[in-house]
Amino acid sequence: MNARLSLASIILLLALFFAGTALAVKPDEMLPDPALEARARALSEGLRCMVCQNQSIDESDADLARDLRVLVRQRLVAGDTDQQVMDYVVSRYGEFVLLKPRFDLRNALLWGTPVLLLLVGGVFIVLTARSRRSTATNALTTEEQAALDKILGN
Amino acid sequence: MVETGHFALVLAFALSLVQTVVPLLGARLNNQRLMAVGGPVAVTGFALTALSFAALASAYASSDFSVASVWENSHSLQPLIYKITGTWGNHEGSMLLWVLILTFFGALVAAFGSNLPATLRANVLAVQGAIGAAFFLFILATSNPFIRLNPAPIEGRDLNPILQDLGLAIHPPFLYLGYVGFSICFSFSVAALIEGRIDASWARWVRPWTLVAWMFLTGGIAMGSYWAYYELGWGGFWFWDPVENASFMPWLAGTALLHSAIVMEKRSALKIWTLLLAILTFSLSLLGTFLVRSGVLTSVHAFATDPTRGVFILCILTLFIGGSLALFALRASRLTTGGLFHPISREGALVLNNLFLTTATATVLVGTLYPLAVEAFSADKISVGAPFFNLTFGPLMVPLLLVVPFGPLLAWKRGDVFAVAQRLMVAFAAALLATLVTALFLDGASVFAALGVGLAVWLILGALTDLAVKSGFRTVATGVMVRRLLGLPRSVFGTAFAHLGLGLTTLGIVGTLCFGTEKILSMHAGETVELSGHTLRFVGLYPAQGPNYAEDRGRFELIGVSGSPVGEISSAKRFYPVRQMTTTESGIRTIGFSQLYISLGDEGKDGSVVVRLWWKPLVTLIWGGGLMMMAGAAMSLMDRRLRVGAPSRRRKQASALPSATLP
Repeated sequence: MNARLSLASIILLLALFFAGTALAVKPDEMLPDPALEARARALSEGLRCMVCQNQSIDESDADLARDLRVLVRQRLVAGDTDQQVMDYVVSRYGEFVLLKPRFDLRNALLWGTPVLLLLVGGVFIVLTARSRRSTATNALTTEEQAALDKILGN
Repeated sequence: MVETGHFALVLAFALSLVQTVVPLLGARLNNQRLMAVGGPVAVTGFALTALSFAALASAYASSDFSVASVWENSHSLQPLIYKITGTWGNHEGSMLLWVLILTFFGALVAAFGSNLPATLRANVLAVQGAIGAAFFLFILATSNPFIRLNPAPIEGRDLNPILQDLGLAIHPPFLYLGYVGFSICFSFSVAALIEGRIDASWARWVRPWTLVAWMFLTGGIAMGSYWAYYELGWGGFWFWDPVENASFMPWLAGTALLHSAIVMEKRSALKIWTLLLAILTFSLSLLGTFLVRSGVLTSVHAFATDPTRGVFILCILTLFIGGSLALFALRASRLTTGGLFHPISREGALVLNNLFLTTATATVLVGTLYPLAVEAFSADKISVGAPFFNLTFGPLMVPLLLVVPFGPLLAWKRGDVFAVAQRLMVAFAAALLATLVTALFLDGASVFAALGVGLAVWLILGALTDLAVKSGFRTVATGVMVRRLLGLPRSVFGTAFAHLGLGLTTLGIVGTLCFGTEKILSMHAGETVELSGHTLRFVGLYPAQGPNYAEDRGRFELIGVSGSPVGEISSAKRFYPVRQMTTTESGIRTIGFSQLYISLGDEGKDGSVVVRLWWKPLVTLIWGGGLMMMAGAAMSLMDRRLRVGAPSRRRKQASALPSATLP
């Protein structure tokens, strides 16, 4: 279907955006404190490389991604909490940078779809099953039962 | 040859118009001769498309740079295999492959559909012809692969290096066989709506087509995932990229369709739903075409700058999805509903399966389209990436996977959930044990990791329990059991294999995500590094020359317990001069079901090289599970009752049987 080989094209697109070697986090960026570095990695996975096609800064080779990675680490070293780092990055780059959109009114439909659909679908199934059972499978009337007994020779 | 191909393509377009109009008219007027036109036209259309495709492939194979598409996507120094696969490694060629497969399926219906009711067959071929006509026109009007260049260039511009891989030989054809295979289900549904009735032969026909399409789509997605894993160089196997989602949505919907079609075939219930699902599955395939082809994914504005192709596909999309859904709304109420069942029954379990799979499909759909909608209707831009899908799709899958083992063990119509639970006691106990062992004895195992392992074990043993129960394990003598096991219908094995594959894939994902380790460091030649108990020595960086690239190959030795090397892994950075592009060739060594993965980075000034290493426990099971699911589908297809023309053959056999038993 999709005229381009789906995965092939993401590979292609990704390649176009960072026609360098595919190595993201470099040793010289990493923080000496392993706990802090682990937090930096976790945060990086949720931040989008702004010039890439759907890639986190943790995976991307672009210069802008590197700048963001360094920025995140600087904030962590300065003593920010995870939330503060994210807020800071969003204040500078906008919500586009978040790979996980915020829970807010505008994104209500996005976050609500799974729950809503599961509920609506579930209710629909229960209601259909109920209505069909009540209309279609009535018990035998006494005469029918008597006739059946007679046939069965009871 | 090239002009022959071009001409054949135009003829195929003309024939597809005939295939649309004449059989439809014949079915309307109940004219046998008009209806009979559909078959030969479909077969001829396929032959012409095949000729056209062969012409393009031969232009690629012989590096005929007077053809624009070849010039843009090929090079005389490329190995022959990449010259040939390059035929579909570009927009124009891949569209031609798309219609080739479409007409192939149409020809199959024509060739094997002699036992179908004549009007149904005519209508199916007409709908199939209409889809073909739309896409032939699309190719001829906006994406013609046969455009010539004058004067012809001496040399081509090379195929994108990333695509110069065996993955290109398998992934796109499989994916298209899957996507386009669902067009048959779509055509059958629309034909049923045109006729206003669904009968037994409808269900018996649609299920094997769904199985075939699903089997190839599973293979295509698994292959693509493995390709991205080793080619992109950072070891991810699924990125929740919109383009991936475009292939995943038809797979999810197709999986739901596969299951609802079982209910329809066996119990003639869920007719209307199955019909709708068949329409939706192919609609999602068409939607994927639009998403990928129109450029709308990069940005709504990128789409607006060159909208010719995008608008064309959008029109096709609107016509077929809108048309079929409108027809559905008009006609669905005419179709009779069948078979009643109790909520606790195999039908009930399959309805639950459909509820969760459909919701999951919708979640992926909304997640993929939401950023476009926000961008189109406001000045803002948002991203919806992996963290969103993991948070929504994941929780939807867990309950579904938990009930999978119950499904095949429940009886039709009215099941006994307690009896089934009793039979699954062993699987449940083993899953519990696996969870506890993981949590207590494996270092660094989180609660999620332990539960994940438990879930995988539950799925795997649940699938085996199904086979054990149905063959009478521990209740009959071993000899009898083996005979019963071998005598089970192939479709029972199909179900068990597919569910087993699901368990293996789950295990692979949990293993890789929860127990994988990673190291990023600068290494000098001669240095060693340890990762999860494996010692690797960096031997050095060696330059080499390929047919159309130059590479730096980093060699690593795997050091055994004795201190001597037991194997070598090499990872390379390649430079393709024509496109001025660098690619990473990851170094992979498979140990058991797990893999060591090495990716090379930049060279430092002091001669050191940045190296990224991963230990990926059980990672091969992710794709192994996919292969297992394919095997399940293949096994199900071999089931006697699904074989094309099976009813007539069975009748013959039944009449032959008494004479055979006579002394």
